[in-house]
Amino acid sequence: MSEDKPKRMALIASQGTLDWAYPPFILASTAAAMEMHVAVYFTFYGLTLLKKKISAKVAPHSNPAMPMKMPYGPKEFQNIEWPMPKMLMGNMPGFDTVATSLMKETFKKKGVATIEELREICIDSGVKLIGCQMTMDVFGFSQNEFVDGVEVGGAATFLEFAADSDIQLFI
Amino acid sequence: MSNNQFDSELDCQGLNCPLPILKTKKAMDGLSSGQILKMMATDPGSVNDVQSWTKRTGNPLMDHSEDNGVYSFLIQKK
Repeated sequence: MSEDKPKRMALIASQGTLDWAYPPFILASTAAAMEMHVAVYFTFYGLTLLKKKISAKVAPHSNPAMPMKMPYGPKEFQNIEWPMPKMLMGNMPGFDTVATSLMKETFKKKGVATIEELREICIDSGVKLIGCQMTMDVFGFSQNEFVDGVEVGGAATFLEFAADSDIQLFI
Repeated sequence: MSNNQFDSELDCQGLNCPLPILKTKKAMDGLSSGQILKMMATDPGSVNDVQSWTKRTGNPLMDHSEDNGVYSFLIQKK
């Protein structure tokens, strides 16, 4: 069913935590692998995903539905969902860092790609990465802090690409 | 699988979505028209994913099977 005109996908990536970093990079890399033309517009916290070194974390206290499982130990132990009282999560310093390490360890064990890998595949497969000029100004980010190949633009830049696209998603 | 002929082999066992598809695309890019890639994966989602990928890109899925949790696919470069 390959058609003559390639499909186009336009994504907006507005979040910068580890859990929210995966959807845009997974969708963009897979769409490119399916021979679609893809542009991802990074705005607000999403801009942090364009930095040369990504330091995205995950915050359990902001995600009450997060299943808390340990990636270590025997299978029965790994299957336990630990009930974490919200008060504990909010008040314990360093909890986010621990949760982030555990999540990354879980992903590694399950053979899930890292964000860095997925981003590199996106760049190699021609996905357009666009940084929102306005939020770059607001947060004081400059283009040389970002990986190579990032364009900058405003809402009109995104909308021009999106107007001729088949899939548009806000993440 | 009935016909076991292939020109290139790609092992994606232990890899999770979207890596099997991403690596398949890269491997297929290296093949000439008519050549066949054998790809193996343990990700159960890969069965639907590979079918979606071959349908979208027009590279025929010649055969696929499962053996003890390992899914094997024969994909031909169009």
